[in-house]
Amino acid sequence: MDKVGIIGVAQTKYQRYNPASHAELAYEVTSKALEDAGLTIDDIDNTITVCNDFWDGRTISSMTITEATGSHKSPTTNVEGDGTYGALMGLMRLLSGLHETTLVVAQSKISEGIPSIITNAMFDPIYERMLGLDAINSAALQMRSYMAKYGVTEEQCAKISVKNHKNARANPYAHLPLDITVKDVLKSRVLADPIKLLDTSPISDGACAIIMARERTAKRKHGKPIWIKGVGHCADAYHLGDRDLAEVDALASAAKRAYNMAGIRSPLKQIHVAEVYDAFSYMELMWMEGLGFCDQGKAGAMVDSGLTEMNGALPVNPSGGVLSAHAVQVAGLARIAEAVLQLRGQAGGRQVDGASTALAHGIEGACGQGHCVFILGK
Amino acid sequence: MAVRSEELGNTGTLIYPSRIRLPYTWHVGKMGSRFYQEIRDNCKIWGTKCPKCEWVFVPPRETCPRCYRDMPEWVEVSDTGTLLTYTVTRYGVPGIQPLEPPFALGIIKLDGATSGLVHLLGEVNLNDISIGMRVKAVFREARRGDYLDIKYFKPIRA
Repeated sequence: MDKVGIIGVAQTKYQRYNPASHAELAYEVTSKALEDAGLTIDDIDNTITVCNDFWDGRTISSMTITEATGSHKSPTTNVEGDGTYGALMGLMRLLSGLHETTLVVAQSKISEGIPSIITNAMFDPIYERMLGLDAINSAALQMRSYMAKYGVTEEQCAKISVKNHKNARANPYAHLPLDITVKDVLKSRVLADPIKLLDTSPISDGACAIIMARERTAKRKHGKPIWIKGVGHCADAYHLGDRDLAEVDALASAAKRAYNMAGIRSPLKQIHVAEVYDAFSYMELMWMEGLGFCDQGKAGAMVDSGLTEMNGALPVNPSGGVLSAHAVQVAGLARIAEAVLQLRGQAGGRQVDGASTALAHGIEGACGQGHCVFILGK
Repeated sequence: MAVRSEELGNTGTLIYPSRIRLPYTWHVGKMGSRFYQEIRDNCKIWGTKCPKCEWVFVPPRETCPRCYRDMPEWVEVSDTGTLLTYTVTRYGVPGIQPLEPPFALGIIKLDGATSGLVHLLGEVNLNDISIGMRVKAVFREARRGDYLDIKYFKPIRA
């Protein structure tokens, strides 16, 4: 693969009820990413937006932020899905050779709608939708299935919530930095057992943008580009009943593709920091298994060992992860932006010392139906 | 559900509470139509079987999700099955929930099927549900050809 570098990143602070409009959020990160890259809008020759009409409450939502992203009268395309897929499309644009510098912008105003009604609409209207399924109770079916199959405990899941909310205290962008204990998580309000309030991610408004360029431009425009070393994506079946919800086959396939490209044979040793899409506490455990950081069913024990803490061998979600800020669709792109900050050594109080290879991961669909994995390096 | 302006942190920005209304008519398709007609008219549950991997899918599909092969063979499955996983939803969401919370949902592997069917659990003590529990479909009396013609699955008493 030709080399493509990430030369600009920007995020808003994540919060509920951000008073900005969706276009204002998009403009904030577009202008900040340009500033971060040392570019002007004239240096951008194509744009990918990441908008979903249901979340945005309007159809062809992407067309309403062309001015805010400086992309009117230029090639712009929308990806309806997680922000990692926006970055994937941006990468493909550059690899096509037709473009030199791509801007990827994701924004979401989750607090404007009612998340359970919107996530209910991802289920088949003639089948499961009328059961009242949404992101939370469908995840509960998966969490129970995973715990039962592998003997993972609610305490082990709670440890993820404790770790990530604690990490968020060093991330100025995070929505929900918290100093909590496993007991606090276990005693928090049961939403859909075994999922409790502190196993879930918050309702966050926010935006993220990244700027990517082909090698020559990346080097000329930016002193220290962060290179895309590998990428892989894969989707599982749509109907929940067709899947073994305790298994992570699609993620394992996505990771294998990304690892093959990046020359990673021993992920636990070769990756120094990982930002994964922990929309629910248990998901971080499952995704670590899919990413090959440990064997199937062994993530609980790995967390018990402290290996994924900030001072462990492979810190996972030093930013606080999605549990600490969940602007839907933005969150995957934010994983990439956070990985870039880590590799630049600009992650402040959440910096993992000496990180030279990072992993960023996004999901889409119910119970992690689809996965996208990026490997980034210096 | 309107957000009060003071929840925006007294930033001086306005909000516009509204709602989206969109009548929509979904076409159930030939597979789903036969599936629902059998439930509505005969209280029978049917799936389709893959000629290659021999999985039986309920609801029936035209194409095997695993092998991408046509599945012309229809197979009747039982109205009894085994609970694979479950949850009890304890929060209310206006307009989308079929029952007042708390209510139980599960994935059921029907006898004779290979895939799981997501459905409601009823006539059950919400504190006494377990994986592996045997359950049986309870059909709605006035059936109209939709997913809730199976009212719920109830435990089979040993």
